[in-house]
Amino acid sequence: MSSPTDWPLWEVFVRSRRGLSHTHAGSLHAPDAEMALRNARDLYTRRSEGVSLWVVPSAAITASSPDEKDSFFEPAGDKPYRHPTFYEIPEGVKHL
Amino acid sequence: MTATPASATPAPATPVPATPSAEATLRGPASDPAQVSPALALGDDALVLSHRLGEWAGHAPVLEEEVALANIALDLLGQARVLLSLVGDEDELAYLREERAFRNLQLVEQPNGDFAHTIARQLYFSTYQTLLYGQLASGSGQFAPLAAKAVKEVAYHQDHAEQWTLRLGDGTAESHERMQRGLDALWRFTGEMFQPVDGLGIDCQALRAGWTASVTSVVERATLAVPGGPQTGAWTAGAGRQGLHTEPFGRMLAEMQHLHLSHPGASW
Repeated sequence: MSSPTDWPLWEVFVRSRRGLSHTHAGSLHAPDAEMALRNARDLYTRRSEGVSLWVVPSAAITASSPDEKDSFFEPAGDKPYRHPTFYEIPEGVKHL
Repeated sequence: MTATPASATPAPATPVPATPSAEATLRGPASDPAQVSPALALGDDALVLSHRLGEWAGHAPVLEEEVALANIALDLLGQARVLLSLVGDEDELAYLREERAFRNLQLVEQPNGDFAHTIARQLYFSTYQTLLYGQLASGSGQFAPLAAKAVKEVAYHQDHAEQWTLRLGDGTAESHERMQRGLDALWRFTGEMFQPVDGLGIDCQALRAGWTASVTSVVERATLAVPGGPQTGAWTAGAGRQGLHTEPFGRMLAEMQHLHLSHPGASW
C-alpha cells in the first residue's frame, strides 16, 4: 500500500435533502474520485446525513488569501443598505 | 451486542442453558445434521466475518479504509444479531458456544492476511452474500424480510471489494501479485458456499453460476487470473457447516469470547 500522503486530498459536499444546496462537510484522502465518493459515503453519510454527494479535488479549489481579507471583505462592512434587513421574511420561508 | 443476557442471573463460570436443546445448540456434536439451522449458518457467517473485519481496527492501511471496513463489520454484526436471535439468545450463542458448534463457512474464519488477502475474502464472500440474499428476498420464506434489508448492505460490500480488486490488480506490480496471491490462497474455500443448507431453499446451481460469472468478470477486468484449482473434492476445504473449522478459528474464538467468559454477565 502506498502511504496516505501519496493519496490526494478531496473536499466533500453533502446535500442533506432535496431542495437544499450541497454544503461542505469535510475532506478525506482517496486514490481517485470513485474511491473518494465511497469514502465520503462511509465518513459523512453514515447517519443518514445526505441524499447526494460531491467530491472535488482540493487542488482544484482556488481560495482567497487571508492577506487579502481587508481589501476583499472590509469595504462591504459599512454598506448596510446592501442587506435585506428592511423586509419582513414571510413565514414558511425557512432557507432564505 | 450487549454483554448481558436478558435473564441476568448471576451465572456460574460456565452458565448452563435451561433446556437440553439449548445445551445441544451451544455444545452440540458436529455430527448431528438436525442442528444446522439455516439461521445459525447465515448468522455465524456474518458474526465471524464481522469479527475478522473488526480486527482491522487500528491496523488498516489508511484511516478512510479503516472506517470502511468497520462499517462493513457493523452491517454484518447487525445481520448476525437478527439471525442468531431466531435461534436463541444472541449473546449465549456468540459467547458461550464451543468451536464445533459454530456453523459458519471456513472462508469467513480465515485470518485477514494482508489487505489484498482481506479484499479477496471480501470479494468471494460478498458476491455470494449478495446473490444469496437476492434469492431469499425474492422468495417468501422466513428470511425474506431480513434479506430485503440486508441485500442493500451487502451490495455495497460487494462494490467495495470489486473497486479494490480492480485497483490492486491493475495497480503496481506488487499490489497485482498480492491480490493474485490472495485470490489463489482462498479459492479452495469457495466450493463450500454452494453446498445446500437444509431449509434455506436456495437454488445452489444458479448461485454458483451467478457467482462464477460475477467474480470472473471482476478478476479479469482487474488483469488478474481466476484461480484454476478445484473448488470441491480432494485438496479443497470446507466442512464449516458441519462444525469442522480450521486452526486459526480457535484462536479467533478465544479472543472473541474471552471477555464474556472472564466476566460473565458484565455490562457497560
